[in-house]
Amino acid sequence: MKILVCVSNVPDTTAKITFNSDNTQFNTAGVQFILNPYDEIALARAIELTEGGKGTVTVIHVGEISSEPTIRKALALGADDAVRINAIARDSYFVSAQIAHYAKDNGFDIILTGRESSDYNGSQITGMLGEFLDIPSISIIKKLEVEADRAFIIREIEGGKEHLTVSFPFVASCAEGVAEPKIPNMRGIMSARTKPLEVIEAIQIAQLITFKSYSVPAPRGSVTLLSEDDTEKLVRLLHTDAKVI
Amino acid sequence: MSVLVYVENEDGKFKKSTFEVVSYAAAISELLKTKLIAISIGNVNQDDLSNLGKYGAIKVLNISTEKLKNFVNQAYASIIADVSKKEESTVIVLANSFTGKGLSPRIAVKLKAGLIDAAVELPKTDNNMFTVKRTAFSGKAFATVELNSEIRVIALNPNSYQLKESGSLAKVEDFQPDFKESDFRTMVSEIVRASDKIALPDAELVVSAGRGMKGPENWAMIEELASVLGAATACSKPVSDAGWRPHEEHVGQTGIAVSPNLYIAIGISGAIQHLAGVSSSKTIVVINKDPEAPFFKVADYGIVGDAFEVIPKLIDAIKAYKAHS
Repeated sequence: MKILVCVSNVPDTTAKITFNSDNTQFNTAGVQFILNPYDEIALARAIELTEGGKGTVTVIHVGEISSEPTIRKALALGADDAVRINAIARDSYFVSAQIAHYAKDNGFDIILTGRESSDYNGSQITGMLGEFLDIPSISIIKKLEVEADRAFIIREIEGGKEHLTVSFPFVASCAEGVAEPKIPNMRGIMSARTKPLEVIEAIQIAQLITFKSYSVPAPRGSVTLLSEDDTEKLVRLLHTDAKVI
Repeated sequence: MSVLVYVENEDGKFKKSTFEVVSYAAAISELLKTKLIAISIGNVNQDDLSNLGKYGAIKVLNISTEKLKNFVNQAYASIIADVSKKEESTVIVLANSFTGKGLSPRIAVKLKAGLIDAAVELPKTDNNMFTVKRTAFSGKAFATVELNSEIRVIALNPNSYQLKESGSLAKVEDFQPDFKESDFRTMVSEIVRASDKIALPDAELVVSAGRGMKGPENWAMIEELASVLGAATACSKPVSDAGWRPHEEHVGQTGIAVSPNLYIAIGISGAIQHLAGVSSSKTIVVINKDPEAPFFKVADYGIVGDAFEVIPKLIDAIKAYKAHS
């Protein structure tokens, strides 16, 4: 079983998000970048599924050399090898096209992503990869079991869950519940330094969208503080002032 | 030319988010001076379909084939893309729901269309640019993105656009799509829905609780408060990590982002990751015994007090209000 896990390099979840003076670029100064938390879930499950010689896990990342620490972390967690496509991850369409170009001749049985990257991308990579490769794509999965050449999946739907089976190959995006993220051990960290990391150049892809500018949510007015005994007043305010009930 | 909107149903019924996307798509069709066509897949009754006209659709294409009863991502995406070509649609609108998140990227690639998901406002067409505002950085910011492509796909966040009723009834046409057998490679074995619960992602009212509740055994009052309000329940990350509540309820940066009209946070301190997931809520009420809790800084109303004292009183107050209204 060959599994490909797509990883992205995102601002630490505690990072304060600011932009340059004309609000056209994310201000990366002083921001720590980490392996996208959802991708860690996908990676953890891929490693569990291939443990004991049952398969291999390759991680792939579209980004510049500055994101190599994140790739090394994925290797330290237990991936067998890594590929970095050397380009700025312009948008989801670009990233998916690059990964699909690499994946199409490499015979992966399963491609996993995180349910979304916590920076720009929403949750588009899974569906786009599925379409570029003409394979099924399953979004926001909560459980992944494998048996021979097919998988049993539970995915989240509006107000519930859907159970489904799918044959290899397929691509799925992982959410909480699929696996517990792991912490790399010393042996993993040592071996990550020597595991293969292949760097390949990007292919040309049409630009369909352009990020123009950014803004932060408008600050709220000051809080109206009430006492413990003012619950009736709170309900009245929610009705008459906020008009939400 | 046309705008095409995919109208999602749940067990044959439309939800508010469906009317939101139709209203939103109707406004786009006005902006582009063209017509709005809706496409429905599943067993929705004729009245509900023609009622979409009230939100601005002039025609509804109805696909009720048994083979498509369950959602099959690839097949649905192929059909929507095919219809959009036939109707010469330049903009395709969907809800940014679990279903929409699965469909929109596939449709975008099929049509070589730029895709904006998590859209929160109507597009702007100033200076010959077609731009859309969407959330970014897990709700900590917004991005304005230009769609350079000829065809555009937009997935609208729930609770982001006001319903607008204006038109009359829409014409409903039954439509027989062409299938590609290779589009059916997933098989649904079971659908489990908690019918008595309100789904969190598109809930208008949310009652959320954190570690301040001390343990899972104390959630009965949270559920009662949610039930008297008609709200969905949610929780903070430490609570779902500890297994007190299911992961689906986890709101925040690594959970889900919500944008309800009312978000009541009980016993949640307000870490930056949690606030990211709730920042687009219209009204935030915070109940916490720690007056220094960071959550108060982003709240509209706050009660500094012990949740175990305040919640029963709040439940009574809401019951009294409901009895009189």
